[in-house]
Amino acid sequence: MAELILTRNFHLAESHTLRVYRETGGYEAVRKAFGMAPADVVAEVRRSNLRGLGGAGFPTGVKWGFIPKESTKPRYLVINGDEGEPGTFKDRYLLERDPHALIEGMIISAYAIGSHTAFVYIRGEYVRPWEIFSRAVEEACAAGFLGKNILGSGFDLDIIVHRGAGAYICGEETGLISSLEGNKGWPKLKPPFPAVRGAFGCPTIVNNVETICHVPPIINRGAEWFAGLGTKSQGGTRMYSVSGHVVRPGVYELPVSATVRQLIYEHAGGLPNGRRLKAVVPGGSSSAILTADEIDVTMDVDGLQRAGSMIGSAGVIVMDETVSIPEALMVIARFYAHESCGQCTPCRESTGWIYKTARRIVEGKGRKEDLDTILDVARRGAGTTICAFYDGAVGPYISYVEKFRAEFEALIGEGQPSLVVAH
Amino acid sequence: MARLTIDGKEIEVPAGTVLIEAARRLGIEIPHYCYHPGLSIAGQCRLCMVEIEKNPRLQISCNTVATDGMVVQTGSPKVLETRKSIMEFHLINHPLDCPVCDQAGECWLQIYYMQHGLYEPRMMDEKVHKPKAVPLGPHVMLDAERCILCSRCVRFCDEVTGTSELGIFNRGDRSEIGLFPGRELANPYSGNVIDICPVGALTDRDFRFAVRVWYLDRAKSVCPGCARGCNIEIHYNVRRPHHNAGRRVARLKPRENPEVNKWWICDFGRYGFGFIDDPSRLLAPARREGPKAEEVSWEDAVQLLAGRLRQYAPEEIGVLASPQMANEDLFLLKRLAGHLGIRSLDFGVPPRDPGFEDHLLIRADKNPNSKGAELIGLLPRDGGPDARGMLQAARARRLKCLWVFHHDLTRSAWGEAEVLEALLALGCLIFQGSNANGVSAHAHLVLPSATYAEREGTFTNFQGRVQRFRKAVEPLGESRPDWEILARVGEAVGLDLRPTRAEDLFRELARTLPAFSGLSYRSLGDLGQKVQE
Ligand SMILES: Cc1cc2nc3c(=O)[nH]c(=O)nc-3n(C[C@H](O)[C@H](O)[C@H](O)COP(=O)(O)O)c2cc1C
Ligand code: SF4
Ligand code: SF4
Ligand code: SF4
Ligand code: FES
Repeated sequence: MAELILTRNFHLAESHTLRVYRETGGYEAVRKAFGMAPADVVAEVRRSNLRGLGGAGFPTGVKWGFIPKESTKPRYLVINGDEGEPGTFKDRYLLERDPHALIEGMIISAYAIGSHTAFVYIRGEYVRPWEIFSRAVEEACAAGFLGKNILGSGFDLDIIVHRGAGAYICGEETGLISSLEGNKGWPKLKPPFPAVRGAFGCPTIVNNVETICHVPPIINRGAEWFAGLGTKSQGGTRMYSVSGHVVRPGVYELPVSATVRQLIYEHAGGLPNGRRLKAVVPGGSSSAILTADEIDVTMDVDGLQRAGSMIGSAGVIVMDETVSIPEALMVIARFYAHESCGQCTPCRESTGWIYKTARRIVEGKGRKEDLDTILDVARRGAGTTICAFYDGAVGPYISYVEKFRAEFEALIGEGQPSLVVAH
Repeated sequence: MARLTIDGKEIEVPAGTVLIEAARRLGIEIPHYCYHPGLSIAGQCRLCMVEIEKNPRLQISCNTVATDGMVVQTGSPKVLETRKSIMEFHLINHPLDCPVCDQAGECWLQIYYMQHGLYEPRMMDEKVHKPKAVPLGPHVMLDAERCILCSRCVRFCDEVTGTSELGIFNRGDRSEIGLFPGRELANPYSGNVIDICPVGALTDRDFRFAVRVWYLDRAKSVCPGCARGCNIEIHYNVRRPHHNAGRRVARLKPRENPEVNKWWICDFGRYGFGFIDDPSRLLAPARREGPKAEEVSWEDAVQLLAGRLRQYAPEEIGVLASPQMANEDLFLLKRLAGHLGIRSLDFGVPPRDPGFEDHLLIRADKNPNSKGAELIGLLPRDGGPDARGMLQAARARRLKCLWVFHHDLTRSAWGEAEVLEALLALGCLIFQGSNANGVSAHAHLVLPSATYAEREGTFTNFQGRVQRFRKAVEPLGESRPDWEILARVGEAVGLDLRPTRAEDLFRELARTLPAFSGLSYRSLGDLGQKVQE
């Protein structure tokens, strides 16, 4: 079994305490980072090939470099712990079992980008992770790892913990910023990008919890070591949340070069009750579905992109042969219709439209043209919206229908007459 | 500056110009809903997308800044196809109640559907239902089903008035415009949200169902409600006289003028036109002896007045002009008073209550032309009395004949009893104005004026900007523009000025008064010009 990095201490009792974290080598990377120039920390992270683990897979070091050099405004580091993507539950484990890893990662990252105030936006339903993480922040403050002049370095950092109020869209980085600012969680127009004009009008870097937890090991052990764990374009390991029809659902940390098949059969124990695999959603609900024949694909950002899907937040949902794909589409379409923030027209209107159509098909009232309408509506809206929410919905809409068309057609049968006489 | 190409045409625009504005300068109108030049960029409707060379994705033109060398297509097949899709998205949950919608005929859903939609309807499911006919305040009615959630109304209340009554509540296709709890849309500019709402979601409670908009004609005018002189359009209906209870002027709409009112007008101005078609209008000249009033012909009225003006000595005559009158009227009146040697001349009467004023548009001075009256010099001459002095002189029976224009002196800051005593002491009280009031009730001679909507002229606003207003409808009954009445009186008393049109007077005014020199109707154009100060 490959080496564990993020989850190495998960098995220890009290792994969430400062004591255990320090006993296992915690807060050493901070000292090392303070001995480096901030720009060198950024360069180290860039060379490590660390890519964002929140969904978009953007190279972390590159993103940090987008803050305008000449800006004199305060800079903010914002940690995205909204974890709303269906099928994803890894950040919650990090917050609960190794909160100091995130705090140490934040100190180093904030030092690298020159931020003195950092926010952690935690999903509202995550009460226990929020309690545990907040306690860890207090501990770190008391021990001098946060606040003024940390470890005598002259560097100051405060962490503000903010709880969300239950909207998926507040995980989208600009929706998150709006919410953090006290506004309705509406994504913002880009440009300007957050690195230029983010929270409270100031340069802001938004990173996922897991992404930042990777930073201390990178500093401790070097960019080359981290890059060597992964593929050519993505370094390290990441945490895969596995749910659905597997013997051992849960969170698995694996190098990003592992395949979907390995994850399901070697780690999660395969499918229960001798059932056959039907489909896998590899990267949270917003990724295109894979058929049982398509799972020999590496679970790095580029590997899944080549396979026509995406690794996204690495929420792996396994479906066995008992699953009705039209019903699965209806459920997922209901989610997107419910969660669309409603700000921009294509997303607001077509998420509801597609949900109603999928529901009608499942209820046996489908019409022959419904499937083409779903595909056409999804394609027409793609790429026209304010944020990536809608493109995330298009992935499942199109792939479920295209890859399992016969199953939809069987439900529609001869179909309802397409002429509507009265409303 | 940025040099770019839009639809094959080159153009140079200032740095920071967004594509939708750059295109507009070339006369290319990119369809849009949420963009409004007076509001922040929302980028919500997604209708304004254009194709930019080397960019695989279409971009919204309202939030894309023009840069050097950009090559933009506003009508490529990809753009047209996307526009059509976006129109379909806008309409799938729309109730399509055009036949009973007050916006029909001026609705941007209808217009863009015809221009860019024209798809076969495919949405077969139940539409989302939302509240209809919800009063948001005294002037605005909401139909949430018709709303396309462009957020213009919300941004207006957040950014222009700063009152933030409105919000968008809920999510997804259940999103809905509404008032924050306990609020009412009652700010003094609330009517503007009706204008900027591109669809029939916000309609005017005053105008709803009065006239179908395709029966309306329009005239460019200037609001007479205060010294700002907001540029307006008068929308009037003379084609279907049985509509709107016979009232011709149906509504006022703001007309854009960057120097004066931008895109807005206030609610006092917007709803202040009722007097034009009001039963209180004075419709024919009348003379009164004792309690009995009797209509007379203009011929007789003018002769009567000329006789009185000759009968009294100039010291016994007072002229109280009004800042409601146009520059043309005031100029002629000033000349007439000079010709007759009248020294008791004034225009200002203090209002009973100090006028409301704010930092946006509304001015405390509720007259459109105080500045004009001042510049033209409707002021006491050679130590003659001012307005108040004239009333005192009347009470003392030194002033015997008073010609009052428009003012209702009984509702001024001066005590009503005091005013009435003065008016009743006069040997001859002449009232010239458009509507009956406390002065006309006691006048020996009443001369009916046309309103600003029934004639041409110019007002000079508090900034010294001279602005033209044009005729919408014919003068009601036998009423006539003030200058025309004055011209007839002038002719009867031998004045040398013989104008046949308002413009003749403006030409003379520009020729003789340095402040107005260089101005002409032509140079004023639609947006006006400043006087020399
Ligand atoms: C609809 C939507 C929901 C998202 N939800 C999350 C989330 O819950 N957590 C997260 O880290 N990123 C989420 N993202 C991705 C963020 O926008 C952003 O890319 C990420 O936080 C950046 O961090 P990273 O570069 O470290 O991945 C979401 C994106 C979209 C479009
Ligand atoms: S794409 Fe959807 S979620 Fe994103 S801004 Fe538009 S309506 Fe909101
Ligand atoms: S009510 Fe009108 S202006 Fe307001 S959001 Fe709806 S469509 Fe736009
Ligand atoms: S601000 Fe004055 S001029 Fe403008 S609309 Fe109101 S009353 Fe008329
Ligand atoms: S006008 Fe540009 S998105 Fe609405």
